[in-house]
Amino acid sequence: MKFRGLTRLAAFVLASLSASLTHADTPIRWAADTESGAPFVFQDPKNPERLIGFEKEIIDGVAKRLGRPGQFVQNSWDGLVPGLERGNYDLIINGLEITEERKREIAFSTPYYITAQQLTVLKGTQGIASLEDCRGKKVGTLKFSLAHRMLEQFGGIEAVTYEAETNAYADLEHGRVTAVLIDAPIAQYLAKPNPKLELVGGPIGEILYGIGIRKNEPELVAQVNQALADMVRDGELRRIYDRYSLWNPLMAKAFKDPGPALEGPTMYEYFLNATQPNRSRTMGERLELYQSFLPILAKGAVTTLEISVAAMCVAVLFGLILALVRLYGPKPMQWLAITYVELIRGTPLLIQLFFIFYALPHLGLKLSPFFAAVLGLGLNYAASESENYRAGILGVPRAQSEAAAALGMGRRQTLRYIVLPQAIRIVIPPITNDFIALLKDSSLVSVITMVELTKLYGQLASTYYDFLGTGILVAGFYLLLGLPFVRLARWVEVRMSLQPGTQIDQERSWMGAARTRAFAWVRRPSQASE
Amino acid sequence: MAGIVSIENLRKSFGSHEVLRGISLEIQKGDLVCFIGRSGCGKSTLLRCINGLEILDEGSVTVVDQRLEHKKGEKIDPTEFEKKAQALRKNCGMVFQDFRLFPHLSLLDNIVCAQTIVKDTPKDEAIEKARQLLSKVGLAAHERKLPSQLSGGQSQRGAIARALALNPLVMLYDEPTSALDPELVDEVLQTMKQLDQDGMTQIAVTHEMRFARDASDYIVYMEEGLIVESGHSDQIFSEPKDERTKQFLRKFL
Repeated sequence: MKFRGLTRLAAFVLASLSASLTHADTPIRWAADTESGAPFVFQDPKNPERLIGFEKEIIDGVAKRLGRPGQFVQNSWDGLVPGLERGNYDLIINGLEITEERKREIAFSTPYYITAQQLTVLKGTQGIASLEDCRGKKVGTLKFSLAHRMLEQFGGIEAVTYEAETNAYADLEHGRVTAVLIDAPIAQYLAKPNPKLELVGGPIGEILYGIGIRKNEPELVAQVNQALADMVRDGELRRIYDRYSLWNPLMAKAFKDPGPALEGPTMYEYFLNATQPNRSRTMGERLELYQSFLPILAKGAVTTLEISVAAMCVAVLFGLILALVRLYGPKPMQWLAITYVELIRGTPLLIQLFFIFYALPHLGLKLSPFFAAVLGLGLNYAASESENYRAGILGVPRAQSEAAAALGMGRRQTLRYIVLPQAIRIVIPPITNDFIALLKDSSLVSVITMVELTKLYGQLASTYYDFLGTGILVAGFYLLLGLPFVRLARWVEVRMSLQPGTQIDQERSWMGAARTRAFAWVRRPSQASE
Repeated sequence: MAGIVSIENLRKSFGSHEVLRGISLEIQKGDLVCFIGRSGCGKSTLLRCINGLEILDEGSVTVVDQRLEHKKGEKIDPTEFEKKAQALRKNCGMVFQDFRLFPHLSLLDNIVCAQTIVKDTPKDEAIEKARQLLSKVGLAAHERKLPSQLSGGQSQRGAIARALALNPLVMLYDEPTSALDPELVDEVLQTMKQLDQDGMTQIAVTHEMRFARDASDYIVYMEEGLIVESGHSDQIFSEPKDERTKQFLRKFL
């Protein structure tokens, strides 16, 4: 297992190295967050393996005109701009509003869509039709969006921010916010078809979406602009918006195209058809849906498992080195190890992941997402593993070392043959525990473009408005992933038991395990947790 | 005549408490020597100094050809001392009150590992030797057991076998029977008597006065960090010269 993990790591290192040698004929990599991505870029509700959305069609048109195949890269919305800067992909197309702040960081294409903010309330709500009416109330919106800025600058409104649009509308339904202010296309797709919600007031403000490109690539900006202009001229852009029912007066004015639709709103209807009956799916439909999730979630589970196992190998090996240095190394090295452990334990894993993925490239170290995830989790968990080892080593009685010394063993021999083998037995349970924790913490790596179980949960649940059933399914996957390791650790623990014949030994059989635990609980409730 | 173990003016303190206050002693090859005295008299510390488990403050200990020495006021380098002590321990086997078998190894492996790790003995050879020793101490049937599956007496005999596996010239015992149930004491003492007949030099810190009287060749009686009286066991037990020795023995026998 460990060996395969390392091979896999090596493969990824090589892959990321070769990926950095780009040529004009290589794919144009573009990024978006498909989690609650309608109508921008999202999973086809009828076939979750296929991507659709008006931006998907626009980028396909742009790629075709650039003569390069398009390649999609998933990244969380917060990470889109940093990911572009570190070179994970070449373009961002994901409802990214052109703002002065963002223009300082990255370059934008000419706008490909113009829209406004839309206020939505619970159906039947009286007296809310403008931002003015929302003063003193809670209004939901997307984190880091233009609407968020608008709410804060307006004053007197308490802005509540969400990662995903669907969550904002769900909270509106549950009455946790009075209104939701989000880009009009989103409101049209997610709120308008919902009979419990109502779009109120006119368009607020003006939003320009542009394709994000690195600043040092003016040629690419020019090429993309040319492609967009061509798409406007030959009517392809107009037809895309017609299909998605997103052509609006602002667009008509800006693109000087006030004429009637060239095509029917086929994609909008496709979306409504696919998602609308969700709210009252029969049990059979539900089961069918969940069945279609299984292969997708299984793929995510494999990613989660690969990252976790590889990270745990890093943690277990590096943790041991840290513990040994801290206990037996020369003084300056000891201090270094202590500083490392305290630094890592004292800062959030999320920050560490961001740092490794987005900050290290500025220092010249660019890791592939998989490698960064493994390293981030591994280095983090190494700190806690080193503490486990330290406790284990100190937990071996001094008398044992003295007995070994009396036999003539040196310090190294004593450590290797006498102390460590006993310490390992002490640390197996806490290390297993940490592995389970790591398995769950691996969900954080979705911030560095890895699509694993938790990210898939967000994507599937928001596509199908089914947080409950999908959630239970994903929870089941996590349990199934962790269980074999708990069993394995238990088995090793029993095999390595120093006291055969006692309670732990009776657990050699699975039935015996259940029985022993049940009785232990009855007899000694205080020790039931072992 | 110079003995196999020779101690000169040995001093040892723990903090401000001086445990050994100038001990000189010669131990002859092949003797079974018992250190006796009240708790806290320094007899265990003296034993631990003989194989360098304690760093000497002053004086010297020589076992066969290896010498640990420390002059008054000299600075001690623990690493250097440990290196010398390790060389000296090649000739010493040590048995502790609490057995100290390695709990993660079977009885056989306890005896095998001592040889393979310390002396680089080939594994087959080490196993053969371990089996010989186990049958010598009457544990041949138990070689596969883990230490936790052995009785106290069996564990202590196993510990003796483990120490013997390294071919020591001197065996040291720190209260070898104090942790045993009374009915198990005898099996350990029998093993020591047998070794005495084989000509092994043995030094034991013990509270087993009957054993000291009947089995040992030489007795060292200590009080407050000093040797009060030492001599052949017949002489010490039948006609002790010092009043303090008399009083101590009266209580026990």
